[in-house]
Formats: sequence, C-alpha cells, structure tokens
Amino acid sequence: MKERFIEAILFLAATSSVFVTFGIVWILVKESIPFFAHVPLGEFLTGTEWTPLFENARFGILPLLCGTLLSTAIALSVAIPLGTVAAAFLSEYTKPWLREILKPILELLAAVPTVVYGYFALLFVTPLLQKIHPDLGGFNVLSAGLVMGMMIVPYVSSLSEDAMRSVPGHLKEGSFALGASRFQTIFRVVIPTAFSGMTSAYILAISRALGETMVVSIAAGMQPNLTANPLEPAATITAFIVQVSMGDLPHGSIGYQSIYVAGLTLLFLTLCFNVLGLWLRQKYQEKE
Amino acid sequence: MSTAVLQSERAQVLDMRANIRRRQWVDLAFGVAGLLALLFALLTLLALIIDLAMTGVPRLSWEFFTNFPSRFPERAGILSAWVGSFAIMITTACCAIPLGIAAGVYLEEYASKNWLTGLIELNIINLAGIPSITFGLMALGLFVYQFQLGQSILTAGLTLGLLVLPIIIVTTREAIRTVPNSIREAAYALGASRWQMVWDHLLPYSSGGILTGVIISLSRAIGETAPLITVGALTFIAFLPHPPVMAEFPFLSFQWLKDPFTVMPIQMFNWVSRPQPEFHVNAAATGVILLVMTLVMNGIAIWIRYRFRQRLKW
Repeated sequence: MKERFIEAILFLAATSSVFVTFGIVWILVKESIPFFAHVPLGEFLTGTEWTPLFENARFGILPLLCGTLLSTAIALSVAIPLGTVAAAFLSEYTKPWLREILKPILELLAAVPTVVYGYFALLFVTPLLQKIHPDLGGFNVLSAGLVMGMMIVPYVSSLSEDAMRSVPGHLKEGSFALGASRFQTIFRVVIPTAFSGMTSAYILAISRALGETMVVSIAAGMQPNLTANPLEPAATITAFIVQVSMGDLPHGSIGYQSIYVAGLTLLFLTLCFNVLGLWLRQKYQEKE
Repeated sequence: MSTAVLQSERAQVLDMRANIRRRQWVDLAFGVAGLLALLFALLTLLALIIDLAMTGVPRLSWEFFTNFPSRFPERAGILSAWVGSFAIMITTACCAIPLGIAAGVYLEEYASKNWLTGLIELNIINLAGIPSITFGLMALGLFVYQFQLGQSILTAGLTLGLLVLPIIIVTTREAIRTVPNSIREAAYALGASRWQMVWDHLLPYSSGGILTGVIISLSRAIGETAPLITVGALTFIAFLPHPPVMAEFPFLSFQWLKDPFTVMPIQMFNWVSRPQPEFHVNAAATGVILLVMTLVMNGIAIWIRYRFRQRLKW
C-alpha cells in the first residue's frame, strides 16, 4: 500500500513537467485571444509599425520579428562556426586530459548570467566596435548579437563534441587506413556521421538565441525598428516584453495582452525551428 | 625508353609527396584554427571578467552590501537585492529539488515504456529550448492573477523552480543510470521493497551526480533575470521582507513569501540602463558578485563531478 502511494507521488512529480508546458501554452493562448478581437490577424502579421503603448496604437509584429531574427542571425554566424571548429578540435585533436580541462572552462561561458553579458556588450564591446566604426551608435544590434554568439558557443560545442566523440572508432580508423588525413576524416566521416547530434546542438543554440532577453534589452536599444542593418538599434520580441513589464501594467489592458501575443509569437518561432530540426534529422537519417 | 618510365614514376612519387605534405599542412592549419577558436572563447571570458573586476571591485565595500538602493549612486547598495536573491533561492530550491529528484527517480526506475513516458521525456527535452521569458509570462498569468499569489517572493521562487526543473530531472536520471544493476538486485535479494532500494541505495550512491545538478540549476536561477522582470519584480525596494523568525509563538513566520522583491540581476539591469557612468560602476560591482557566485558554484559542481568519477569504480 505504502509502495503504491509512493509510486503515485513520484508519477505526479514526473507529469509536472508536462503540466508546465501545458500551462505555458494555455496561458499564452488564453491571454492572446482577446487581443485578436481588437486587432485583425492580417494587420498583426503584415503591419510594419509596433507601437502598442502609444495613443494611436499600431500592432504590426514585423519590426519585432525582424529584430529577433537579425540578432539571432548575427549570434549564429559567430556561434556555429566557432563552436563547430572548437568541437572538432576538442574531439579529434586534443588529448583526453586536456579535453577534461578545456571543456568545463568553455562551458563556463554559458554559466555567466545574461545580464552580465548585457553589461559587457553595452560597455565593452560597443566602445570597442566604435573604435573601428566611429559612426556606430551606443545601442546597436551588432554588439548584442556578437556577445550573444559568444554566449551560446558552449551550447554548440558541447553537444557537437559529444556527438562527434560517439562516432564509432572503427569508422575513423577505416578512413585513416585508406590514407585520409585528419582534416578529411573530420569532414568526410565524423561530421556526416555525427550530423544528427550536431543538428540538435544547433537547434538548441537557435532556441537560446531567439529567446535571449537581457543582452538585447540592454545593448540593442528598445525601439522597434524594421531594418536589416545591424548597426542600428532595434527591439526584439523579448526586449519588448521586458520593456512593457518594467512599467505598471493593468491586468487585461491591450498592453498587457500584447506581451502575451509577443510571447506566443516567440514560442511559435521556436517551435518552427525545432520542427525544422526534427525534419532535417529525419531526412538525414533516411539517407543513411 | 626505360628512363622515360622511371622519370614518370619519379614524378608520380614527387606528386604524391607534395599531396601528402599539402594535406599535412591542411591538418595543421585546421588544428591551429581549432586552437584559435578555443582561445578566442576563453579570451572573451577573460576580457569580461577583467573588465568587470576593474570597474566593479573598487566599489565593493561593507556599505555596498548594507545600503538600500538610492538616487545617489555613491550611497546606493544592494541590501534588498541580495536578501531577495537569497530568499528566492531558498524558495526555488524547496520547490525544484524534491520535484526534480522525484520525477527523475520515477522516469528511471518506475516508468514502463509507454506513450506517456515517451511524452514526458520528449517534453523535458523541449522544455530546455523554451525561452525563459515565456516562463515569466506563464507565471504572471497563472500564479499572479489566477492563483492570486501576487508579485511576491513565492511567485518568483516557483517560476524559477519550474524553469530549472528539467536540469535537475536530467542530471538525476543520469546519476541513477550509472548505478549498476547488481546493486539493485542485491537489495531486492535481501528483501528490500522497491522504495527501500531507491531510498537506501540508489539515492545515496547517486548523490554526487544529483548534487551537481542541484548546484548548476541554482547557479542558473541566481543569474536569471527576464522571467522575474515579467513576474513583476520591482527595481526600487527600500525595505526588507518580513523576518522568517518571530519572538512569540509559533516562532516561524512565512509572511516573507508574500512580500515584493528585487534581486541582484534586476538591480544590475536597472543600474546599467541608466545613463550616468556612476551607476554603471554600481552595476559592475553587482556583476562582480553575481559572476563570482555563479563561477564558484559551477566550479564546485565540476569538482564534485570530477571527484565522484575518480572515486566511484563499481
């Protein structure tokens, strides 16, 4: 009897995580529905102005979407090459003892609080970039994106390295026996075999970059801006949510609903990339 | 005739040697690129630490820890922020640790392979990719308005608890998985029930791994800012939460759980967002404290993991 009782409690604990997901989706959808009674979906998706707190409020998600995708793209263009090369180096070039030391140190990059990265982007990286490009404003997407990229390097490198190291040794030895160099083995054997695992690493990195909040809130400015120019300030979806939350917001107002709509959009975006990753992995596994 | 054949063979050998040399160069170049990538990452970390320390460390003083935030940068301190961080950490730990370990034990030891278990596992993986700010939105809608918990320490602790739950579940499962089956069978052979086996054997043997997960999750929670801003953390708090102990019966008070709060990362965000450089110095000092705390916690976790791997040989 007691055993049954304990098992039931443990089961409830295990299902709690499902309730969390369910709770997130349910609350986001529930609070967003009244918003779309005010704003037609077409205007929301195609509008180029996002000014929900102004007198003459406009609700076009495009500027926020643009800021989010732009900062994510910059971050990924840093994190994916750097992380992948570092992973290949750690898995194929270094001795095990050195790897045991380097990997945890690299992972510390992901442990630093994001608000500290925001400080670093605003007060260290931006002045540094201004020396190269003097016209650069104090707030810009570039420095926020670059710092975000460094922040997610460990997500890419750690999981990719695990995937590369789990490639069976006989495949690598077969490649070496045929006279392939280390470089060739990495690119022709190890990476194709580990690709499925590396995709999950990339997807996690993308999810992190899309949802990153503090770095962009601090260093990228908070004006919604429909631009593809990384030297300009812009707001991301997350920065908008922070901006609104900092103020006093009555429950049920259109401003309150707008942060839920923004959150829902963000969640949907993350979901899209995750589905894309799943599809890539399955497609790749079929080819094998 | 034969000299021509010889010469062409010689040319082939030379060609091959050149080819090998070229590939060795490429190998070396890639190695250097890898080393540079690593060095660049480490240098960034170092630059961040040094930049923060140079600005922030001179500002650290006893008064900085015992003063409330203020309009005057030189008088401002982080008393309410660190007390808030501490209180929220305790709430988070109380919520996430039992729940996470219980869920990990269930999934690893009790669950049979069926669609429900599959769903739970898939869900835990996906939770890691959900942006943390959506946890804050969920908490605002559910805890603050639906359950009427207010914009309180309790709400914040629960939010962060749910946020770090997947980390604890995953590390608990990994730790339990390393315990060999012979231990389980030995316990059963002596007549232990399943729960006795888990409680007396599995959990003690995997405590090292579980502890690393707990420390990592708490270090994540202490630096987390976005969900707490969404929940409604205030940036200017010039009072402390109610004390947890009282002079009269029942001596323990939980009034502090309902108090409004601020935490160190939010205080830092507030200061870094101001235009005056004097406040940036305060932000750097807060950053130094946050950085030291997270790095020390992660260092301890790495050390425990290393020690357990060395000592435990089944």
